[in-house]
Amino acid sequence: MIKINNLHASIDGKEILKGINLEVKAGEVHAIMGPNGSGKSTLSSVLAGREEFEVTEGSVEFDGKDLLDLAPEDRAREGLFLAFQYPVEIPGVSNINFLKTAINEKRAYFNQEPVSAKEFLALVKEKSALVELDSKLANRSVNEGFSGGEKKRNEIFQMAMLSPKLSILDETDSGLDIDALRIVANGVNKLKSPNNATIVITHYQRLLDYIVPDFVHVLYNGKIVKSGGKELALELEEKGYDWIKNELEVRN
Amino acid sequence: MTTAELTKKDTFLAALSPLQFNEDSYFEGLRNNAKNELNELDFPTSKTEYWKYTRLGKIVNNTYTLGQPEKIDITKFLIPNLEAHILVVVNGYYSPELSNFTEVDGVTLTSLSAAKKQGFEGLKKYFNQFTKAKKEIFLALNNAFHTDGIYLEVAKSNSVEKPYHILNITTGNNTLSQSRNLFIGNVGSMVKIIESFINVCGEKNFNNHVSEFFVAENTHLEYNKIQDKKETNFSVATEQVYQEANSNFTINTATFNGALVRNNLNIEVDASNCETNLNGLYLGKNKDHIDNHTVVDHKKPHCNSNEVYKGILDDESTGVFNGKVFVRQDAQITNAFQQNNNILLTDNATVNSKPELEIYADDVKCSHGSTTGQIDEEAIFYLQSRGISKKGALKLMINAFAKDALERISIEALQAYIDDKVEEELE
Repeated sequence: MIKINNLHASIDGKEILKGINLEVKAGEVHAIMGPNGSGKSTLSSVLAGREEFEVTEGSVEFDGKDLLDLAPEDRAREGLFLAFQYPVEIPGVSNINFLKTAINEKRAYFNQEPVSAKEFLALVKEKSALVELDSKLANRSVNEGFSGGEKKRNEIFQMAMLSPKLSILDETDSGLDIDALRIVANGVNKLKSPNNATIVITHYQRLLDYIVPDFVHVLYNGKIVKSGGKELALELEEKGYDWIKNELEVRN
Repeated sequence: MTTAELTKKDTFLAALSPLQFNEDSYFEGLRNNAKNELNELDFPTSKTEYWKYTRLGKIVNNTYTLGQPEKIDITKFLIPNLEAHILVVVNGYYSPELSNFTEVDGVTLTSLSAAKKQGFEGLKKYFNQFTKAKKEIFLALNNAFHTDGIYLEVAKSNSVEKPYHILNITTGNNTLSQSRNLFIGNVGSMVKIIESFINVCGEKNFNNHVSEFFVAENTHLEYNKIQDKKETNFSVATEQVYQEANSNFTINTATFNGALVRNNLNIEVDASNCETNLNGLYLGKNKDHIDNHTVVDHKKPHCNSNEVYKGILDDESTGVFNGKVFVRQDAQITNAFQQNNNILLTDNATVNSKPELEIYADDVKCSHGSTTGQIDEEAIFYLQSRGISKKGALKLMINAFAKDALERISIEALQAYIDDKVEEELE
């Protein structure tokens, strides 16, 4: 699905990613964990195509295509989805109108007919139920006046509407209470299939109780320094990130 | 006052002097009064507070020839799916051949020049009445030298459903024209008017336009002004409005471009329980300069006014907004709301926004606000990350921004036309 090879990226001349290697196959769930400032959010931003970051070295292959060569919208159309850590409020643009535009632009990209009003409404109904999103919220302006939990649920609702091949959840658990966390995780789990994959970026192990990863990677100082199974997350939770830091120092 | 400026006014007046108007002594007297006024007036400079942000050099330094009547193809200026009476004014002259309307019971509709010849009662009562004491050079020029325009009077208790669409057209190069309208809504009447200000090819045309509105008791009058004169032409337009008790006046101004556009909107609310809506949307491109000056003068109690102006400025264009609301001592329980929001699409676009409130009453609810910002790049990226192109994202955001500026337009076909036009301009 996605093959990240020796990825280096910097912002304002400062190198943040210092050679990331990662391969995610269809049907897999990968968790990327790491302390603050390790480069977790930079990785998701670079993959989604945020312009402020400059890729200085390395390559990313997404479903056989050179991902870094695609505009952000084309990455989305090809099936990449980023659930934002801080979803943006867009006053005046209705959630529904925006999603319809997004779906139709994707369809046009693949030379398909626009979605019919009936088909679209049925999809909205089905997918909003998945994350228990009030249908009233679907009609409001994008994220405007949404609570923290509603914003995150709206991210997963959009993900469900767009049915991506690869979803990157960037700190989706931040700012969620336990009920909201359960709803969001349930939504993600229901969308899981052998044909898609998920990368969960998180600081805490908590979310991984609900979205169980096949692999856990530890990102530190711009590099993946340790990989393992789901038990690695538990070990991290128990020993803290200092354990990794110390281990690295010993090795050096 | 310098001699150079005097010369400019003199040149202007010399260009206008060949105009002959065979009018009766009453109307001739009005013109002569205005001519006398002109002796004491001069073109404003940037030192004139009211014109601080709009330099008139482009208009006053140009040499003009007088506009002449002309026959042109108007089909492409009509609004799709709009059933309307069509009235055409070319270079300040009414064109009966191009106009297309039917007689409506209770509506007196004719050219202003014909109305003067017939000496309608309403005409003598209201014409020039709201503009004469203003001591403003463009008004005085129009008072003295206007050629023709539309006279529309709706009789007492008549509601006219089908709108009137005036096409106010200028043609040629360096053409000077001064059109003039008078709209009268008598007690309990209702009427909707659209006026499109258009230019057919040519450059550096200047149209100095004046419309007077008398809105009687219980009358609903809606005036929609579409300015689409290309980036090479100049226009100054003044709307002078007088509202009586329980009346409702709405003006929507959509300005799509123009080298120099100045709108002077003066609304006198001289009775109780009135509602006034003045809204505008302006889109500047290249070196366009679009200036909206509005005055709402609340003189009596229990009135509401709502004002929303929104600007989207691209390239090196400039927008000016100056909205003034007076609440006189008698005007208790006034609700006056005013808002101006702007988006600058480039680093070289400019906005000068000046909301003003002058309140002399103590039991009123007034608010004003002004914002100028840029498109939220973070929001654009968010939309892109969902598969929407950058252009599509920009369009979604601008439409959302502009939406409430012109939502008071009650004519559906016009609303659709403006939506399309906004989209076309953003391409």
